[in-house]
Amino acid sequence: MSTETVLKRTPLFDVYKKYGAKVIDFGGWELPVQFSSILEEHEAVRTEAGLFDVSHMGEVLVEGKDAESYINYLVTNDVTKIGINQAQYTAMCNPDGGTIDDLLVYKLGNEKYLLVINAANIEKDVEWMKQHAQGDVKIENLSSDIALLAIQGPKAEGILQKLTEVNLSEISVFHFAQHVNVDGITDVLVSRTGYTGEDGFELYLAADKAEALWEKLLEAGKADGLKPCGLGARDTLRFEARLVLYGQELTSEISPLEAGIGFAVKTNKESKFIGKTALIVQKTEGLKRKLVGIEVTGRGIPRHGYKVFSGEEEIGLITSGTRSPSLQKNLGLALVSAEHTEVGTPLQVEIRNKKIDAVVVKAPFYKKGS
Amino acid sequence: MTKATASLLYSEDHEWVLQLGGNRVRIGISDYAQDQLGDIVFVENAEMDDKVTANETMGTIESVKTASELYSPVSGTVVGVNDSLGDAPETINEQPYEAGWLIEVEMSNPEELEALLSEDEYKEFVSEGDV
Repeated sequence: MSTETVLKRTPLFDVYKKYGAKVIDFGGWELPVQFSSILEEHEAVRTEAGLFDVSHMGEVLVEGKDAESYINYLVTNDVTKIGINQAQYTAMCNPDGGTIDDLLVYKLGNEKYLLVINAANIEKDVEWMKQHAQGDVKIENLSSDIALLAIQGPKAEGILQKLTEVNLSEISVFHFAQHVNVDGITDVLVSRTGYTGEDGFELYLAADKAEALWEKLLEAGKADGLKPCGLGARDTLRFEARLVLYGQELTSEISPLEAGIGFAVKTNKESKFIGKTALIVQKTEGLKRKLVGIEVTGRGIPRHGYKVFSGEEEIGLITSGTRSPSLQKNLGLALVSAEHTEVGTPLQVEIRNKKIDAVVVKAPFYKKGS
Repeated sequence: MTKATASLLYSEDHEWVLQLGGNRVRIGISDYAQDQLGDIVFVENAEMDDKVTANETMGTIESVKTASELYSPVSGTVVGVNDSLGDAPETINEQPYEAGWLIEVEMSNPEELEALLSEDEYKEFVSEGDV
């Protein structure tokens, strides 16, 4: 390695090798890109189940009398709408409406919330949160203390149910149970959430218990085809389900409205929040650019950063793209000027200095059960 | 996994060269390269009669995750193309030294072969992790 940077590792790093992981540098983290093959792992999650270590994600605990109003000032969604044991997807914006991060807010108690943020943004986010702290709140970065495993796929519930007495069918989407005992491992937060477009659970627990849970889950899921999965498959799975990725679909220059996650932006909520004015302007004036799905119909695979054209006019960029394992098509998400976003609109993607034909298609490309 | 045969030469860009007699060679990517790339889903190969130049781009190979350039190990004219890769690029993962070959070239400067690595040298090169 040419750089002096020491790569960060999750508590499961030593377990990866045992399962044949190929480990690479993901934005400063040494993480498994795949265990067997991205295509096999992708398929396992769509048809059976996959297990991911996503302990690199950040967790920030916000506690105090003013926790709710403070979080509501930080984020675009309306945190007053969720109850205890409920989670909400949201974004944190700068005053211009650009995105600082997208995150999940878990309401642990009336004055206690867990914010789950992207690994690459942990330092930036925590600094931002502390800078904008108001009222009686305590902000604690627990990222290194908490591990996160995700079990995803149609068989995820059945596998996890073998290991716990909590009735998982009673946990609905974007809800969770706290202090769950999973086969002797105590104090696990079991959340019906994920980043794959399939049903499944995310399991938050103390970092030193992560290895034991990983092994127990793989053992319990053996007969059901549960496979350890890397971040390569996580990326293709989330891409097909049109779940945005910070750094690609969302950046400090791209608003959540432009990225198509307007459902997480409540400009009509009563409280002020950072970015509110800019986002209201975007809404009232109409968006100048939007995220769309595209299919390359010529020969080539769209990739992050490729330019998108309409004839001679450059109209935007590909934010993510790959050959879709489930659809067997060369698909991309593209941020393009609003007049070129209707399904069926012909476009071109510049691939290695050649303009290759593409067309706007519906996204998500994949929906559960399709 | 298929094994390299001793008669192959290798470039530091992980292409192999098989001498077919005369100035004709067959080119593919090494087992190490296909393993590093992961599932290969697309190949943009050189076309018949294209001129290729040693150490310059001769095409692109894409895995699920990323696109990588292919560099020609020799200079010359393309006289054969493995068209079956269009529909079955995964053949490169499955048989990198046999059915997964890329192109055949009529070399214009066979002396370029001397710059390539033997199998033992290539193995050492790869194990140094200098890639």
